[in-house]
Amino acid sequence: MNILDLSNHLQTYLVIGAFLFGIGFYGLLQRQTLIGMLISAELILAGASVNFMAFNRFLAPDPTVGQIFTLFIMAIAAAEAAIALSIVIAVYRNYKSIDTMDVADLEG
Amino acid sequence: MNPPISSAEGLAGLVFLVMLAATGGGAMIAVNATRTIRAVAGLALCFVGVAGIYYFLQSPFVALMEMLIYVGAVCVVLVFAVMLAEPHPEQQVSKRNAIVGGLSFLTAALLTWGLIALSRGANWSKAAVRLNDGSLRDLGQSLLTTYSMVFELVSVVLLVAIIGSLVLGRAGRSKA
Repeated sequence: MNILDLSNHLQTYLVIGAFLFGIGFYGLLQRQTLIGMLISAELILAGASVNFMAFNRFLAPDPTVGQIFTLFIMAIAAAEAAIALSIVIAVYRNYKSIDTMDVADLEG
Repeated sequence: MNPPISSAEGLAGLVFLVMLAATGGGAMIAVNATRTIRAVAGLALCFVGVAGIYYFLQSPFVALMEMLIYVGAVCVVLVFAVMLAEPHPEQQVSKRNAIVGGLSFLTAALLTWGLIALSRGANWSKAAVRLNDGSLRDLGQSLLTTYSMVFELVSVVLLVAIIGSLVLGRAGRSKA
């Protein structure tokens, strides 16, 4: 298979989806700040969306389903980003830090 | 199936490779940059690449939405959070961090390898019939008929998210 013909193969998209998921997973485990973890979570969601869109294009009987699912993933991700960032701001206001090592005590 | 590089298909293939590189490179920057603002820029680059990939998957509308929502909104919101919370650059690698980094890299590499092996080994069968061609018209029709309930529920979720983030953002300020 030719390298210029990659965009017509399902496997290409599955590999890039798996790659995005793996990178996001690595970042989620290894990052030390809450914003860094949020960025990694967005990468994981992007990997899942690419997978959905690939199956939608190549295999699905109804090619609108995957697009709609991806649109819903985007809506949920936007809501998640808004909530998580206001939590980050609230944490920063109380602890003066968003390092995950500093935010370690529970209080009612 | 073997387009010359000067033909339209060859150039499209070249653009696709650029999009793949933007996605992969942006993701690497987003995860490995020491300064958070650079990580946000890498995330924006990665999402531009993902939007290009959606375009190649015959979904220009979803590509447009990816640019609007992720590059235009989520990344800007992240920049605001970086401005307000001013995270310190991550410290130099201590011994514990090196162990954690190595272990998480190992886990992620295993997961990625497993997923890729699974996707290459599986026997994907095509659907017998395509009900429509997935154009914007079909998308709008099924969004307002089959998926109208989900559509409304998502708008409720977004409303709750807006109110929730306002409440959370306001909580500390009322004390002052």
